[in-house]
Amino acid sequence: MTAQVRMMSIDQPAPGAPALVQLVAEAEIGSAPPDDDIPLYAPRREIYPQSVHGWFRNIKWAVLVVTLAIYYLLPFVRWDRGPNAPSQAVLIDFPSRRFYFFFIEIWPQEVYYLTGLLIIAAIVLFLMNAIAGRVWCGYLCPQTVWTDLFFAIERLVEGDRREHMLRDVRKWTVATYARKGIKHFLWLMVAWWTGGAWVLYFADAPTLVKELATGEAPFVAYVWIGILTFTTYSLAGQMREQVCLYMCPWPRIQAALTDEHALNVTYRYDRGEPRCSAKKAEQLRSHGQPAGDCVDCLQCVHVCPTGVDIRGGANLGCIQCGLCIDACDAIMRKLGRATGLIAYDTDLNIKQRIEGKPAFYKFVRTRTALYAAIIAVVGGIMLYTLATRDSEGITVIHDRNPMYVRLTDGALRNGYTIRIVNKQLKSRDFIVSIAGLPSTLVDFVGLPPRADGRQLVTVGPDQTREVRVVVTDYSSTPPPPSTSILFRLIDIDTGETAEMRDHFFGP
Amino acid sequence: MAEEHKEIDAMSGTPTTGHEWDGLRELNTPLPRWWLWLFYITIIWSIGYWIVYPAWPLLTNSTQGVFGYHTRSAVADDLEALKQQRGPMVEKLASASLSSIVADPQLLDFARAQGRVAFADNCAPCHGSGGGGAKGYPNLNDDDWLYGGKLEDILRTIKFGVRATDPNSRTGSMPAFGRDGILKPDQISLVADYVRSLSGLPAEPGADLAAGKKIFADNCVVCHGPEGKGNREVGAPNLTDKIWLYGSDKQTIMEGLRIGRGNIMPAWGGRLSESTIKALTVYVHTFGGGEK
Repeated sequence: MTAQVRMMSIDQPAPGAPALVQLVAEAEIGSAPPDDDIPLYAPRREIYPQSVHGWFRNIKWAVLVVTLAIYYLLPFVRWDRGPNAPSQAVLIDFPSRRFYFFFIEIWPQEVYYLTGLLIIAAIVLFLMNAIAGRVWCGYLCPQTVWTDLFFAIERLVEGDRREHMLRDVRKWTVATYARKGIKHFLWLMVAWWTGGAWVLYFADAPTLVKELATGEAPFVAYVWIGILTFTTYSLAGQMREQVCLYMCPWPRIQAALTDEHALNVTYRYDRGEPRCSAKKAEQLRSHGQPAGDCVDCLQCVHVCPTGVDIRGGANLGCIQCGLCIDACDAIMRKLGRATGLIAYDTDLNIKQRIEGKPAFYKFVRTRTALYAAIIAVVGGIMLYTLATRDSEGITVIHDRNPMYVRLTDGALRNGYTIRIVNKQLKSRDFIVSIAGLPSTLVDFVGLPPRADGRQLVTVGPDQTREVRVVVTDYSSTPPPPSTSILFRLIDIDTGETAEMRDHFFGP
Repeated sequence: MAEEHKEIDAMSGTPTTGHEWDGLRELNTPLPRWWLWLFYITIIWSIGYWIVYPAWPLLTNSTQGVFGYHTRSAVADDLEALKQQRGPMVEKLASASLSSIVADPQLLDFARAQGRVAFADNCAPCHGSGGGGAKGYPNLNDDDWLYGGKLEDILRTIKFGVRATDPNSRTGSMPAFGRDGILKPDQISLVADYVRSLSGLPAEPGADLAAGKKIFADNCVVCHGPEGKGNREVGAPNLTDKIWLYGSDKQTIMEGLRIGRGNIMPAWGGRLSESTIKALTVYVHTFGGGEK
């Protein structure tokens, strides 16, 4: 029964075309379930979005082209880092445990940059939402972009809304099957290409493409292409708006984060009700009765990728892509009425207009200012740490057993394992000095001393090196049970230093 | 059977099993079909499993399965693969001289990594996980070596052991002067006072160091030397330094004099490979106390 009611509200029979409407309704919702079988879940309503032209459609095309071009082509962009590092601009190098992004190279221990990026991403999402609602959902979300691409392919092969629907409900011919086959084949090709681009971020792209083509690529590459092919095909081809309606948490969070000043795709009911044909509206108005600008053409519903009727007000299914605005504006122009019956607006402004007050837009609010401030602070901290981060590092681990060693002459000795990090792409020479004890002898095990008696630690490009160090204390007075000492790593060419504190233990 | 099961529960409309306990009837709610199908599939799967993997126990063995899989041979394969992977470095380690291992940074790192594992497996029970030693078991980190701390000395000690059954083993032990009646209890006390004074430890009030020195000269200098500096040929410790294997208090020294000392280190030559012994040698030498 609910299905019947929904059908009535969406596709009300227009005079003169009852048969077609019935066909369309059947295509969209299927036949009603028998009374004695109460389904646990509402059946999915097939959506046949109609093509549309306009300002927001153009924005969506542009975003689609740019984002997909970045995704598919970025792995092929080269970035020269010299002979000791890969020359791929963006590379997640798991075997070497490095992440390369143009001039930035991230080591695993610097994964907190990812934390910073995630914080910024979340707050940017909140800020977009506070300004203009679900901008992310409508234009930028991968689910939206790929679904949009899949819709475009579907319209190309199976025709626009009406043609596609009619073909679906009529007896299927060989041509129908052929069209469906071609559509699924094209979808799978896009999905496969999506998976193929994914793995290119994890290895040298041109080499991997060659290996994939000749069947010499690692097995795991084929597995991941398979996984991404499956997810892309099923999410963008089969599940579509259901991902937004049932799977995605953002619509729920978004609803809790929004306020009355955030712009939303809104049906401006202040432009009058009831909705009726232009002729009837004229009649009503001539009798001094109210009539709306909406002619109930349902174009806004037909172009909607999630099957929403925006005239019912803001709702969870609306991803706010603005396609209904384009559709409505086209109709309004043909009718010679003002455009913007559906537009980015707020409920508050509609009420203002009904009361005869001017509309107002308030973009600078406590929450938008706060979000912008958080983005600036986190971004600033990240930029600062990235610009000033050390190109070298030292960590020290004291021996666990024995904690200290007594030598034959009574001196005390402690053993340490130090690890020296060289983040530069060239080999570097370091010395390590130890401060905090009055009279010490430091020996780096296995490193021959130079002429001046100092021992140099050479660390290869973009590498770490572990060295054992024994520190002997010759002070005449016995040291306390624990003395804080400082290991200082010094690059002998540049004088750059890095420090690490540890302890020297005694009895 | 079929007749019994036709009874329908009036409240829920579900068939019952026909069982009744004090007026309570058991509803017969069938399993979901998907569950049943999964159950049947697992049965079919298990039959396939019997065929390809070892499954059924027999009198002396079990069915072998057509894949020829065996957990023991799988481990053997893994070990063989590991051996292949490490092969070149292990060969290099086995053929290189000890001094050239220490001079080559790459080989040194490899030897220390191998040595760390071998030490934990074989040596740590007595010498401690980091070679810190214990009472009667030498600390390998310090610069005091009973039989020498050069690479070659350490290798020989590990390979042939100390007072072990191997003919090349290190020899020499502290005699039981008291138990065997060579020294009387008061003589033992006198010489113990003298031995403590050798390394600068404070003597007991009224200790007769001259008498102790006389006893020391008559009995101990054969191994420990006239100045008590020890003798590495027989593993006699240097008595003038600050390191005491069993302890520096008078009671412990007297105990050594009474019952003797002679702990055993096994010969590892037959048990560990040549390259492992070399790795252990380098590892112990780089604890910090190794002699050049």
